Amino acid sequence: MMRKLATLVLALPALLLAGCEVGTKVVEQVGPRGAGLVQIHHKAGLPPADVVPAPPYPLTPDMLTGPRANVTYQNVRVLGDLSTEEFNYTMASITNWVAPADGTVKNGGCNYCHNPANMASDELYTKVVARKMLQMTRNINSNWTPHFSLSTNAGNGAGVTCWTCHRGQPVPKYNWSASLPDPSTITGNKHGQNTPAQSVAYTSLPNDPFTALLQGKNNIRVQATSAYPSAHKVAIQTTEQTYGLMTHMSQGLGVNCTYCHNTQNFANWSQSRVQRVNAWYGIRMVRDINDNYISALAGTWPANRLGPAGDPRKVYCTTCHQGVNKPLGGVPMLKDYPGLKGAYHTGTPAAAPVEGTPIAAATEAAKPVG
Amino acid sequence: MVDLVAQPADLALRGDRTMAYQNIFTQVQLRGEYEPGVPLSADNDPRFGPFGFTYWMGKLGGTQIGPVYLGKLGLASLMCGTLAFMIIGLNFWASVHWNPIQFVRQLFWLSLEPPPAKYGLKILPPLQDGGWWLITGFFLTASILLWWARTYRRARELGMGTHVAWAFASAIWLYLVLGFIRPLAMGSWSEAVPFGIFPHLDWTAAFSIRYGNLFYNPFHALSIAFLYGSTLLFAMHGATILAVGRYGGEREIEQITDRGTASERAALFWRWTMGFNATMESIHRWAWWFAVLTTLTGGIGILLTGTVVDNWYLWAVEHHFALAYPATGAVDPATLPGAPQ
Repeated sequence: MMRKLATLVLALPALLLAGCEVGTKVVEQVGPRGAGLVQIHHKAGLPPADVVPAPPYPLTPDMLTGPRANVTYQNVRVLGDLSTEEFNYTMASITNWVAPADGTVKNGGCNYCHNPANMASDELYTKVVARKMLQMTRNINSNWTPHFSLSTNAGNGAGVTCWTCHRGQPVPKYNWSASLPDPSTITGNKHGQNTPAQSVAYTSLPNDPFTALLQGKNNIRVQATSAYPSAHKVAIQTTEQTYGLMTHMSQGLGVNCTYCHNTQNFANWSQSRVQRVNAWYGIRMVRDINDNYISALAGTWPANRLGPAGDPRKVYCTTCHQGVNKPLGGVPMLKDYPGLKGAYHTGTPAAAPVEGTPIAAATEAAKPVG
Repeated sequence: MVDLVAQPADLALRGDRTMAYQNIFTQVQLRGEYEPGVPLSADNDPRFGPFGFTYWMGKLGGTQIGPVYLGKLGLASLMCGTLAFMIIGLNFWASVHWNPIQFVRQLFWLSLEPPPAKYGLKILPPLQDGGWWLITGFFLTASILLWWARTYRRARELGMGTHVAWAFASAIWLYLVLGFIRPLAMGSWSEAVPFGIFPHLDWTAAFSIRYGNLFYNPFHALSIAFLYGSTLLFAMHGATILAVGRYGGEREIEQITDRGTASERAALFWRWTMGFNATMESIHRWAWWFAVLTTLTGGIGILLTGTVVDNWYLWAVEHHFALAYPATGAVDPATLPGAPQ
């Protein structure tokens, strides 16, 4: 009997530990004590800076001079303000990033988008999409700088290139499209939830919070701003939808709730970490991308680029972040591709494009408003 | 005639014998004539059994199985409960296209959801849109209430007090607040809890988030205090009685009036260690009230949520008990001029 007891005493703690992950952890305290404001990482699992493709060849200052691309070539509508040399350099880079000619992508290379007999022709849909994506990239890098304001490279190469999402694939690996509507009977009817879905970290929460919240202008906030009942009516199901989106963000960035929130009160801004401000801009940026670039291409997308519900494949946090709070581990990739930072304002190619607006606005300058 | 099947507890204070009481399973099994129970008056239904003695049930409790008094209330309760259980299970199964393997694999995720908010308090929305949830709720509630009546009636027939029934009623109160009373007060069935394992846990988390952190709800706090207090009292009492079992300490009820050495020692132990002791009577009142107050206060806390208080954190700020952490400098970007929406 004693031996049995001893076995039990030994086995029980071992069983309880079975749910734990072995390995050294790195714990970083990110807020006041007692509120669980810590980030815990595996020491071995901390993401190293990614290896990103090298530029096809060095872009030297003298290459930035000379005739503009829209003079040299026909039908250059977005990158026409680049020098011809920089334009060619950028085209070669984009090919490597999106449709490389190394055999990994079917029909990869220049001809993925261009008709080799007439490079200016828009007859391939991929070229029309690529143009829209270039407009989008410039828009992100010049207008959505508040999203990058906490980057160590803020103002110096923080931003996106095609590679940030595409990683050598014509369609970024991480994307979403609307789920099919629920059936009209109970057969196969999960009410858009109650499924071990990767999109919401295997919870039973609504697994397509994106259709409602990552396009358009629906309200994500669910908590009342008054202690007592008011006109504010938000159902528990709506809360679960927001909760689903937040689990996606947490998973997509490889962080927990307290990376942004003091969970004492999720809604409270003054006690949230400033990272929440960046996330707020990130959500609006994603909506801008989905509404004004991807969905705006509507009929341009062929059937094989649409999801099961017939809408195009859109972006969410994971599309760029891919499980790390800084995409690509924080490599300042954009600095090598000035043509993607935004329109050249002066027409003087040597001048660096203006990197953004006062990005501390949401943390300091606006205090009187809040 | 009574035999002791295993008899390590012969009260002999020999070292090798007394150790046997320190065991997670019951050591004493009594067997003899069947104990058929007291005679019942004419307006009762017949009982079934006794069915026999079982060694393994004797490890956990009494060895004799039965007699069972099912009766009309019990039968009706079981029928309603089975119906609710089957409707839930069949809805689960249907939701995975009647695939038995997926039914098992996804069981913890599957759910029977209450109607969406757009139906308000409609009595019977479409079956796939919460209709089955309402039907299930009706039968489950009927089953529970019938079972409550059964605990009350059986206690009365045995000439007992109705303490079990009223403790059960406290749990039913919380159940009814969550699934019926609060949704009525809020004007929507959508406020109620889904039937599902993970789904009801996600509902709980979402409920707390929606109403500004339930930990600031004082009745939730009371409920937690009584819940943890219940486990503490349970552990203290169980441990005390087992510890004086070698002196016959399990004969607690006689010892209320005739203390004997077991309860003297138990009382002395607690006076030595914390200066105060419960009595053989009062410890059971402590335990009963702690258990009953857990769900009683919990139900009050849930009922006030959304009906009287819409954001418990802000309520706590107003009442000066929310801890204010240093401001981080973050400002809601939506309040900035020209911010994208």
